[in-house]
Amino acid sequence: MYDIIIQNPLYSALLALAGLSVIFGGILGFAAIKFKVVGDPIIEQIDSLLPQTQCGQCGYPGCKPYAQAIADGDTINKCPPGGQATINAIADLLDVDAPSLNSEHGEESDTRTIAYIREDECIGCTKCIQACPVDAILGAAKLMHTVIVSECTGCDLCVDPCPVDCIDMLPVQKGLSDWKWNLPSSVGEQLLASKPSGIIASDRSGANTR
Amino acid sequence: MRKVWDLIGGVHPPENKHQSVKDSVGELPLPKKLIIPLNQHIGAPSKIMVSIGDSVLKGQLLAEPKGFVSTGVHAPTSGLISDIGDHSIPHPSGMSAPCITLTPDGKDKWVEHEGLKNYRDQSPDELLSIIRHSGIAGLGGAGFPTAVKLSPEKAISTLILNGTECEPYITSDDMLMREHPEDIIQGIQILSYILGDPKEILIGIENNKPEAYAALEPHLKNTTTELVAFDTRYPSGGEKQLIQILTGKEVPTKGLPSDIGIACLNVGTAYAIYRAITFGEPLISRITTVTGEACAINRNYETLIGTPISHLLKNSSFNEHACSRLIVGGPMMGFALENLDAPVIKTTNCILAPSEKEFPSPVPAQACIRCGMCAEACPASLLPQQLLWHAQSKNYEKLETQNLFDCIECGACSYVCPSNIPLVQYYRASKGEMRKQAQEKISSDKARERFEFQKIRKEKELLAKQLQRDARLKSAAEAKKKSGAEEIIQAAMDRVEATKASPEDQQARSSRRTARAEDQLNSAQKKLNTLKKDATTNQHEQAAAALEDARVRLDEARSVQGSISIKLPPSMKVDPASAAIEKAKAEAANQANLSSEEKLHNTIQSLTLRLEKSIIRLETAKTEGSENVDVLTTASNKLEEKLAATQAALLKIKT
Repeated sequence: MYDIIIQNPLYSALLALAGLSVIFGGILGFAAIKFKVVGDPIIEQIDSLLPQTQCGQCGYPGCKPYAQAIADGDTINKCPPGGQATINAIADLLDVDAPSLNSEHGEESDTRTIAYIREDECIGCTKCIQACPVDAILGAAKLMHTVIVSECTGCDLCVDPCPVDCIDMLPVQKGLSDWKWNLPSSVGEQLLASKPSGIIASDRSGANTR
Repeated sequence: MRKVWDLIGGVHPPENKHQSVKDSVGELPLPKKLIIPLNQHIGAPSKIMVSIGDSVLKGQLLAEPKGFVSTGVHAPTSGLISDIGDHSIPHPSGMSAPCITLTPDGKDKWVEHEGLKNYRDQSPDELLSIIRHSGIAGLGGAGFPTAVKLSPEKAISTLILNGTECEPYITSDDMLMREHPEDIIQGIQILSYILGDPKEILIGIENNKPEAYAALEPHLKNTTTELVAFDTRYPSGGEKQLIQILTGKEVPTKGLPSDIGIACLNVGTAYAIYRAITFGEPLISRITTVTGEACAINRNYETLIGTPISHLLKNSSFNEHACSRLIVGGPMMGFALENLDAPVIKTTNCILAPSEKEFPSPVPAQACIRCGMCAEACPASLLPQQLLWHAQSKNYEKLETQNLFDCIECGACSYVCPSNIPLVQYYRASKGEMRKQAQEKISSDKARERFEFQKIRKEKELLAKQLQRDARLKSAAEAKKKSGAEEIIQAAMDRVEATKASPEDQQARSSRRTARAEDQLNSAQKKLNTLKKDATTNQHEQAAAALEDARVRLDEARSVQGSISIKLPPSMKVDPASAAIEKAKAEAANQANLSSEEKLHNTIQSLTLRLEKSIIRLETAKTEGSENVDVLTTASNKLEEKLAATQAALLKIKT
């Protein structure tokens, strides 16, 4: 065996390489089948960044379809509920430049709203129930409907179908539980806002000329 | 002497505790109104049990705990419920929250209450229930419901009582330990029983409170409880910090002390538990320090929960103009209060009214010079500088990896910062934003789940409908196959045929109609005749109109009858083919009857006609320039030939 290898160094080397390639090829082939990734993980990742209001303002019937569309090459600035923060996050994920929000699809709003049904005026047509993408409206035909506040995403989709216009989009009441501290103003802002006595002379001249 | 570990980092600001310990704990006159917030603890707000206009006794339950992490609220004195609604509370947001307003009647009459003579006869669970319903929440500052803290999942091996009170100015726990040492020890005994008698019971106390130490020590002789004093350094009173000082153990990140078998409670909480178990008194008052140069009297008061802070200040000769800002809590972790009507709640341990000299307005922050003093001061071993960069750039992922949530917001970093950067404010804001984002993430995940579930449901409904439709189609096809479609159609057609009136019927009907019309005409004529002699022109006209009408109707009826009789052939049904055959036969018979000369005459006539027609057609074709000119020419030529031949034949016969 050893003699044969010594006598035919070229062939034995080729044989060894061929053998190795077969072994590694086999391992890779097995791994490709065994650890195959089902579905497109990028869609899931984009979807997890979208705000899940399911409002359809992007022109797609929900957040997942828009995530799919982004993965297929659509622009990332069509989501007004997510706003610039979402655009930035998706741009970060896809490693592209973050464009500003496309105003064709709506404006970004700071206040979150949720639907409120004026129950006295509701005629029980169930049209809003059919329109709600997250099943957040409770009711039955010819019976009053109401919105489950905790489930409402504020997508507005129930407002248009209502034949008696009894649905209002009201801003969410901010309570103690939602309260949070604000970031302090930046150094520059503080310098501008502060009394001149609080800063050294060179800063003051800079602040005044600014 | 027990070994104590060093506090990591920390600072030592001026203590300023001596001002408020000169006098014993004072009593306050009853305020005009007590404002009792429903949520004085961490967790769900309590559920209101009274309504406006109810008169309540001292210690009566006003609101009961709602949910597991909750506790009750009780009337601090007897009086009338004058209002239930939003009122400003001591909270950094300055927001309002639901409160019960009690107007004291001055009698201060207790509700019937009874303590347990021997708590060891009761099960720990029953004692926990008493604690829960007595409204006891952590009095150290966070206000975590004590009953929840005392029901850990893991066995507790070390019980720590926190008498550290490390923050400057505050002396409420110090005074409590001085004045009620025995009661605190009793409370610790109860706690020990509830927690299954832990191996170690430690009371942690800073060495700047020798009076409290001296007061507690004699009561510990026959107990397993150990009193441990250590160096004064802020923030040794933080739960995690105290545990590390006394045991050397570190509470894991995102974990609780109970994860390492430790329970840590404030000495004030132990006292409140003692009162609740032994006397049945709920938590309706606490010791609150009022201090600062803006108050002439600096001391501690036994304050009823709900006492407006303005009432406390008024009784301490508060000078509003001298005060730079009013702080609830200590100088390190407290917050500025805007509305003096806010009440004292279970966690209000100190009201600090400093002068401008004591607490000058914050100097503007300057740029970080990377001196690293904040990192040295941080008791949680974090990197405050890094956290600052990431907080400024709102890089929450990085903040998460830098363990921002291990920050106890003690303020040591801000205290040492030579650039006066409000570091803690950055961390608090970032924490709030991260919590908000986490919350939004949860709700968006829920929305996604619901959206996807709805999609699946709709698909299912569609599928079910499709299946139903298919099933219906199938059953219809089967039924058709069974009965035979042609038969059904035939039967329907037969029915239509049967309902059709037969020609005889139609004729009879029309003749009846004619007769009736004639009758009407006659009677109208008669009427007109009788009228002629004595009648108004109006009647006359009417009768004439009726006559005319009847005549029209008769004409109509007759014409209908006529058309029916014309239409009606003798045989009911005539086959067009057989009719044509009959016609052809008749013609053939006719032809046979004719002489050959006549026949030829007829033929010539018809041929002449055809020729004339064909010539006309040819002419029109020529004028229009049609393609058929040639064909038509040959056709007319042929006709001419035929005509000539027939005429020749006729001549032959004649001759």
